[in-house]
Amino acid sequence: MAATQSSRKAKGASSLGTILSHAVLIAISIVALYPIYYMVITAFKNRQEYLSSQFLPPLHPTLQNLREAIAQGDLLHWMLNSVIVTAVSVLAATAAAILAAYALARMQFPGRDTILSGIVSLMVVPPVVLVVPLFLLMVHVGLINTLPSVIVVYVGLTIPLSVYLLTNFFQALPYEIEEAARIDGCSPLGVLWRIVLPLSAPALLTSIVVNAFWVWNELLIALVFLQSNESRTLVAGLTLFQGQFQVNEPLVMTGALIATIPMLLLYLFGARFFIRGLVAGSGK
Amino acid sequence: MTRASTSEKGPAARGRERPKRSRLRNAPWTPYLYLLPAAAFIALVFIYPLIEVVRTSLQVPAATGGTTFGFTNYEFMLTDLAFRQAVLHNLILLLSVPIMTVLALLFSLLLWEQMRGWKWYRAFIFTPYILAIPVVGLTFIYLYSADGIVNTALEALGLGFLTRDWLGDPRLVLPSIMSVIIYRELGFGTILFLARMMSIPTELLDAAKTEGANWFQVHRYVTIPQMRSVIEFFVVVEVITMFSWVFAYVYTMTKGGPGFSSMILEFYIWQNAFEFQSPGIASAVAVVLMVAISGLIFLQVRVRRDESGGDAEQ
Repeated sequence: MAATQSSRKAKGASSLGTILSHAVLIAISIVALYPIYYMVITAFKNRQEYLSSQFLPPLHPTLQNLREAIAQGDLLHWMLNSVIVTAVSVLAATAAAILAAYALARMQFPGRDTILSGIVSLMVVPPVVLVVPLFLLMVHVGLINTLPSVIVVYVGLTIPLSVYLLTNFFQALPYEIEEAARIDGCSPLGVLWRIVLPLSAPALLTSIVVNAFWVWNELLIALVFLQSNESRTLVAGLTLFQGQFQVNEPLVMTGALIATIPMLLLYLFGARFFIRGLVAGSGK
Repeated sequence: MTRASTSEKGPAARGRERPKRSRLRNAPWTPYLYLLPAAAFIALVFIYPLIEVVRTSLQVPAATGGTTFGFTNYEFMLTDLAFRQAVLHNLILLLSVPIMTVLALLFSLLLWEQMRGWKWYRAFIFTPYILAIPVVGLTFIYLYSADGIVNTALEALGLGFLTRDWLGDPRLVLPSIMSVIIYRELGFGTILFLARMMSIPTELLDAAKTEGANWFQVHRYVTIPQMRSVIEFFVVVEVITMFSWVFAYVYTMTKGGPGFSSMILEFYIWQNAFEFQSPGIASAVAVVLMVAISGLIFLQVRVRRDESGGDAEQ
């Protein structure tokens, strides 16, 4: 009671401060949202209207850019590639990370702590350091310009964070249920599948959402391993698109919008998990 | 609540409290079997390239044909103007870390007041962080253009004399890119700090307020000290980001130009490997980058360990 009272008092006393806070937050919100607003309004203008008015919403909204982008730019194909790459790499990384995290959280074996801190420390390795040898390897095995090349790399790169998140989560689960199940004759894999995973939905979703964002938005690796037009991901294709149509701002912004919408939807669905994942890392 | 507070501890802290020993022992090789798939990917994607990159960096053409080992790639790197510019520019980008930290603290403190509509502000401020960097980069090319919003806004404010070619002027291109990085990363810092603030007990703040501390004093002496570890985490993440995650900004906005004026290490590595076909030089720079990052992390861990006696709360 005392706490609410005094904070209410503080609020009433500083109404000028509140107005100032609103002013600052409104200003920063406008800055944060303007590029997105610009992207959306530009995508629905034709080029003449864009040239005459860059800053206002379209008077005559048009879907012509959307049609043109889809017709000219392989955009749908790139989007399909992005969906496949993101889905397969996130699922494979999560599956591998579940097994590893379960062993690290629940089993005792020599080298456990070293292995865990070793995996966690891989999070700081810059991808650009790994790209040259991996490229030469992929050329050697003939996987360049195929989706499996980037999938393998993405799985590897997202495993450390996933293992870290899941190990922490598994360790915080009560052990008694698992032990009881083991005594009743359930195998370790059965315990993991029937007891641990159903309890771990929040951690699994966190790991999946964070990794999906990362893989969908990744540029460097997609650029290096997928150089043919048919194999590109959407975000990498977009940079090429921009090179080709630089003077056609509405068309480029349409491509950018198409690349953004799936992540916007994922964010609306999984904001909680995304933010939890970002915050969870701060315990390091 | 319990889960949130335990999951904030790292595995390093957890390592000391061992998991309860199961009465049902597994076969000694069981844990390694569980680790196998992850280990296979890690070996392929991290271990093999980290060894190979060192080997490639030392490999040089021999006079007799074929290859031998030497430091030629490193010697070339040190004499290359583009490399030196890249190092300088990565260091300059570090300036954005204190700027972002201060701004993110300010915004999170404002949001923490939980005034009307604060959840909307929080969502707006976070939005840039979910955009792909290439999308942000492409958009800012247009915002920075001669008749884009930045120059137009300056003119509208009567500051027409400040209009510039933001990405075309060698002296301005780096600060312009830095602003875009801050634009996108600020949402991350704000959310991170706000999440930590929400878990600070209000009794402390109320006590300080009753004692007559003003807004600034309350946060300077009560809030910020409580946030020490999360601020430190953000600074470390952003320092790493400035060295190893800015490729996509530079690639989409300037390709390192004009001249070398926005050349950075990642772009230098990429360009040498894939445009100039010199994997040796690219690898040498990659090794230097890896060593520099490891050095930074090592330093941070040391500093943290030295300090951790007094920091009982964490």
